[in-house]
Amino acid sequence: MATDSVKDVVLSPVFKNNPIALQVLGICSALAVTNQMSVSLVMGLAVIAVTAFSNLFVSLIRSHIPSSIRIIVQMTIIASLVIVVDQVLRAFAYEMSKQLSVFVGLIITNCIVMGRAEAYAMQNGPVMSFLDGVGNGLGYAVILLVVGFVRELFGSGSVFGLTVLPTVQNGGWYVPNGLMLLPPSAFFVIGLLIWVLRWFNPDQVEKTEYRIVANSKAKIKETANV
Amino acid sequence: MFEHYVSLFVKAVFVENMALAFFLGMCTFLAVSKKISSAIGLGIAVIVVLTITVPVNNLILNYLLKAGALSWTGLEGAENIDLSFLGLLSYIGVIAAIVQILEMFLDKFVPALYNALGVFLPLITVNCAIMGASLFMVQRDYSFGESVIYGAGAGFGWALAITALAGIREKLKYSDVPASLQGLGITFITVGLMSLGFMSFSGIQL
Repeated sequence: MATDSVKDVVLSPVFKNNPIALQVLGICSALAVTNQMSVSLVMGLAVIAVTAFSNLFVSLIRSHIPSSIRIIVQMTIIASLVIVVDQVLRAFAYEMSKQLSVFVGLIITNCIVMGRAEAYAMQNGPVMSFLDGVGNGLGYAVILLVVGFVRELFGSGSVFGLTVLPTVQNGGWYVPNGLMLLPPSAFFVIGLLIWVLRWFNPDQVEKTEYRIVANSKAKIKETANV
Repeated sequence: MFEHYVSLFVKAVFVENMALAFFLGMCTFLAVSKKISSAIGLGIAVIVVLTITVPVNNLILNYLLKAGALSWTGLEGAENIDLSFLGLLSYIGVIAAIVQILEMFLDKFVPALYNALGVFLPLITVNCAIMGASLFMVQRDYSFGESVIYGAGAGFGWALAITALAGIREKLKYSDVPASLQGLGITFITVGLMSLGFMSFSGIQL
């Protein structure tokens, strides 16, 4: 894995091997914070920071961690980083931290962070691990922003709080789709997003467990007629 | 008082369903909902762990971390200590420890249950629903009694949601889903519809 180019490490999780869309990691928070783009952006940045630095630190001490307690060690590193992020948000963006409420704390249990620390940082050098963390964080942030964009645009007719589609309430023409601001729409948007992504990447399509057999009764009838 | 607890429980199960209203525990929610039997197993494990961890974290918060919580030690200046910034680290530590202890306890004393739940217990540490319930408890400032009820209710609601989803998915695998939507995609849409159904509870005033 040491021969991986920097570009590959950073970009492949964003497009080819996206942690949310293809590995189904860390969707817990992806859904709840995406009704506004600004909130999604902050959440994305927080996850990039935590993933990158937890990968860096885990990788730095990887040869000193006994494998039997590695989960606890990783968890402690991640939790400390999340505390730092939480405190920074509270100090510099108090309104934002109010809106994110418990979801900043839940970065700890975000499977992306833990998954990358376990799968990549335990085997690779600090620099590459850091970049891998940035890449995976970016992949997460991109999906968050796409979902946030769709939900905010159709839900309140704005992007980053700036009006794009003037809504009826403000004398415009656009009737906002209230469903987009409610939690269920996040599921629909991500589901459809996965559909589109897999349409372009057919090798990611999951195999069906059951194939529907052609109607056998019709066949019997056919042979009977003959 | 009793009424208050009942309404808190109902609210935690239906109105503020962990999985369908707050999207917590989604990773395992989607991964382990292929079969009803395993969904029920995981659901029970989540109920048990939540009912224990939320009250324990409540005690930790009130007697160790909160501003002035250490005043019971009688030490000079203890009432000025505010350790609440250590919250996240302590909660996740408590959850990991309790899951581990529960696993050992079940292995030793209730092997039947251990065999049924064994696979799911380690998964629970990284289940956002567990952590999320503790954080909500902190945010809403529940008392000890309330946190027991809230933990049980949140766990029950989550178990209900995953069992329902598993039931739908068992039927769904016989249906003709477009190839790219197969598996994860259609599951998301299904959960979206379920969540829409649960939205109808949100108007209930308790």
